[in-house]
Parts: sequence; C-alpha cells; structure tokens
Amino acid sequence: MAKRKSSGNRSISYAKWGYIFIIPFFVVYAIFTLYPQILTIYNSFFEYYRDGLTIVGPRFVGLDNYKTLFATNHAGYVPIFKFLGNTIWLWVLGALPQFVVAMMLALFFTSTRLNIKGQQFFKTVIYMPNLIMASAFAMLFFSLFSQVGPINQFLISSGIASKPINFLGMQVSVQTLIALMNFLMWFGNTTILLMAGIQGIDEALFESARLDGSTSTQVFFNITMPLLMPIFIYVFITSMIGGIQMFDVPQVLTNGYGIPDNTSTTLIMYLNNFLGISKNYGMAGAVSVLLFIITALLSSIVFKSINPNRK
Amino acid sequence: MKSNANRSAEIKLLISRIVVYAILGFLSFLCLFFFYLMFVNSTRSNAQLQSGFTLIPRENLFNNFYNAWHDGDINIPVGMKNSFIIAMTSAILTSYFSALTAYGTYVYNFRFKKFVHLFILAIMMIPSQVSAVGFIQLAFKYNLTNKLWVLIVPSIAAPSVYFYMRQYLEATLPIDMVEAARIDGSSEFKIFNEIVLPIMRPAMAVQMIFSFVGSWNNYFMPALLLNKPDKKTVPIMIATLRSADYSKFDMGKVYMLMVMAILPVMVIYVILSKSIIKGVTSGSVKG
Repeated sequence: MAKRKSSGNRSISYAKWGYIFIIPFFVVYAIFTLYPQILTIYNSFFEYYRDGLTIVGPRFVGLDNYKTLFATNHAGYVPIFKFLGNTIWLWVLGALPQFVVAMMLALFFTSTRLNIKGQQFFKTVIYMPNLIMASAFAMLFFSLFSQVGPINQFLISSGIASKPINFLGMQVSVQTLIALMNFLMWFGNTTILLMAGIQGIDEALFESARLDGSTSTQVFFNITMPLLMPIFIYVFITSMIGGIQMFDVPQVLTNGYGIPDNTSTTLIMYLNNFLGISKNYGMAGAVSVLLFIITALLSSIVFKSINPNRK
Repeated sequence: MKSNANRSAEIKLLISRIVVYAILGFLSFLCLFFFYLMFVNSTRSNAQLQSGFTLIPRENLFNNFYNAWHDGDINIPVGMKNSFIIAMTSAILTSYFSALTAYGTYVYNFRFKKFVHLFILAIMMIPSQVSAVGFIQLAFKYNLTNKLWVLIVPSIAAPSVYFYMRQYLEATLPIDMVEAARIDGSSEFKIFNEIVLPIMRPAMAVQMIFSFVGSWNNYFMPALLLNKPDKKTVPIMIATLRSADYSKFDMGKVYMLMVMAILPVMVIYVILSKSIIKGVTSGSVKG
C-alpha cells in the first residue's frame, strides 16, 4: 500500500472520497451518454435500417452514408444542405431581431439616465415565454393561425382580408411564425444575460466618460461593447448551438413535414425522421456526427472567448 | 439661457422615456397576447369559437375542463402524472448528484481532479441529440421503451448543472469548514449531507426548478421512447393533437388542453419568478 508519511497522523488521504463522490456521475454518463454516442458514430459507417418487418444490415459500408447525405442526385434523398440551410436561416430570422431587441432593452434597463421603473415586472413578462412548453406553444400558434382560427376570423371581420389566409401553407408565413416564436421564447433570456454583462462593467468607467463629455453613442462603442464582447460572444454562440438543435417548434407547427415542400425541415427534424418507423440507424448516425462536428466547432469558439478572461 | 438648455434636456429625456416605455409596453403585450387568446378561447364553447373573434372570456371554462379531463383519446390526467413523475424525480436526482460531483472535485485532491473538471466542461456543449441514435437503438434492443426510469436516470450526469454547483461551491464553501467537521469526527458522507447540502440549498432550488421545467417541456426523446397510451407525457399528447384530424375537434377542449399543459410551469413561475430570473444569470460565465 501507500507509503506511510511521517509528518503525523493528520495526513490521512481523502483522495478516495473524491473518486467515490464522482463515481455516480461517471457511471451514468458512460452508460447513458458516452456509450450511445460511440454507438451512434459506429452506426454511421453501417447500412442498418428496417424495411417493413425485415431488418437490413448491419453491413459495413464505409463512408457511404455520408456520401448519400451530401449527394445532390441520390434517389429518394434530399441533400443535407437543404436542411442545414433551413436550420441556419430559421435561426437567423429569429436571432437577428432577438439580439437587436435584447441589446436595446439591456441598455434601457441599465441606463441611469432613463431610470426605468417597473423593471422586475418587465423582466418577468419578457422572460415568461422561455418557460412555455415549446410543443404547446407551436400547437397554440397552429390553432390561432389556422384557416378557421381567431387570427383569420379577426382579419375577415375587420375587412383586412376577404378570405382566410393560409398561413400554414406558405413558406414565408411558416418561416415567419417559427422565427416569431423563437424570438418570443428567447429575447427575454438574452436581455437578462446581456444586462448582467453590462452591470458587471466597472461603473467608474461610465462615470469618467460622462465627465469627459462623451455622447452615449461613443460610450456604447468605446466602452460598453468592447467590455461586453466576451459575454456577447458566449450568448451569441450558445444561441447558435441552441439554433442548430431547433426541433419542437417547427416539428409541431408543421406536423413533422416541414411544410411547404421541406422548407421548414430542420436538421433534427431530418434526424427524427430516420429514427421513426424506418429506424435507419446508419443514416441517423451520419446526421448526428455532422451535428456533433458543428457543435464542437462552435463550442471551441465559446471556450476561446471565455478562457483569456480567466486568471 | 441656462434654464432654457435645462428645459430642452428635460424634454428630450421625457420623450426618450415615453419611447422606451412604449417599446417595453409593446413587447410585453406581444409576450402576453397569444397566451391571453389561448386563455379566452379555453373559456368558450366550440360553437362560440366558430362564431368569431373576441377578447372577452365566456362561461364555458369548467365545461371545457371537464371535457378535456375526460377525453377518450387524450388521457391528460395520465399524461400529467407521467410528466410529473419524470420531472420531479429528475429534478431531485440532477441537483443532488450534481452537487455531489461538484463537491467531489472541489474539496478532494486526487490525481485526475483537474482532468475530470475539464472533461465535464468539455462535454457540456454536446447536444443530447448526438447520443439519441445509440440511445434509441439500445432502448429497443433491451426492451426499455415505455419505461419512465430510462428518461429519469440520465439526469444524474448533467454537466451544466455540475458547472453551476461547482461555481456556487467555490463562492460559498470554505474548505476550513469541512476540515473543522472532520476534526469533530464526522464521516465524509455525513459532512456532505448535513453540512454542505444545507449551504447549497439556494443553488439546488434554482437547478431543481430549471430541471423540472426542462423535463416537463421535453419532447424529442420521450416521443421516440414512449408510445403506449398510459406512458405518454404531456408534450407527446399535445403533439398528437396537431396530427389528428383537426376539423372533428371540439376546439374549446383543445385550447383547454394547451392551458393544462402550460399551467403547472406558469404557477411555479408566478410564485418563484424572482429567483428564477436571478438563476438565469448566475449559471452563466462570469465576465
């Protein structure tokens, strides 16, 4: 066993307790996350799916699943670029207004000149949609914007439209509704994070800038924004990582079909289709690996943006 | 002269205040409007709903509630029970074991301490969907579909909750306190359960709330694993509303089902909004 230390009887080693305390985490992680992840990657190199009652495979096919994923003229498959493009576009549509509005609100709330009253109330209200069940939120929008729903009823009774607008049949309106829902769900969260970032900046810097006679625009671009940058990047990239995982809202709103014509099918919806009846573990594995690579790249940016700041 | 300049500055401030409050008012309206419509529609009968748009609640709230609660296809009481079991046990497990793991890497010195900490941080950003394929495959292989515990146990290993707990410990727990307890002769587990956990109560409460809400709303994995009617959770039931033939529905009941799906989380939020909003920022990076 270990050498006995001569410095006295108080130097009992507690190291084993460290291991004991972290064992549950790692056992569960290994079984329920790590092993499935490895299996996912492994699957991506195999032809392995269900066709009716017969199971095809598993048969090693090398990179064929990836080739199928990216092929532009493979029968029965839409190239993955379309879904990747959809996902990015839907994220941008919601995130762009989200960051503009959140930045604006964060500046309002932290402005000593404006001295906004009722902040707790406003924060409570704008954060609320973040906690709403996304699938129920999407179902709600479907009901409200359906051809017989209250929005169309209102448009017709007020004379704005002469016949019901098919909001869920047009690319523009479906994408706008998804973006609007994502905006509503996330702008409050972003506001609160950016606000905390601004409040973390040394008040004395603002004070001296004010004494120097700087305008609020100068203060924003020369003090607030540069010092807020690490947090801004963190919030921005985590929003991207969240965006790449977009699923519940478009899935329920379009009933899983990404109507019209796959224009709102996201990457995870595509993955989900492979995990349904066909149980196409091979293709689903390849989509997951792609997803993993994208998030890994994005996360490395987050870590780079946080670490230089650490002492 | 001077008072003139002062007055124009005051007027400018007044105008910017009015604009800012108008923007805040509009955004608040946008956040509440759709849910208000949902609530109003859940108080109207199907016939009233077909007849047109209104913002005034009607008298059919209890009627709709009765119909939704006793619906033949969508067994919402069972769904709520299943969702509650998963959400509650996950919340307890995730906060307890994350605290335990964080304490393990914070208080004890062992060879891989630093590696373990960095490893957990590195896996934090990997989306759960990446393991979904293998997870589904294993669940079908070992006959683990339609078992609620399969969705509960993974919450023991939650990297982001670990990260939060670890930061909380660094800020609040002096190592001397642990050493003092050791001198008193307490065992390591007793120190954690009886001295450290009470200190971590606020952090555990915040993480329990977020975890509860996250599981309650979770749709992706449960939808792939639970297909027996008596095992389904609320989000799966809500999604089936969307895929059913819409025209046959009593819409008052549909709106009521949505209200019931959202209500538990809303009640929690109304009671605890202050600490929830505080929790949003404390979990993220420190500038």
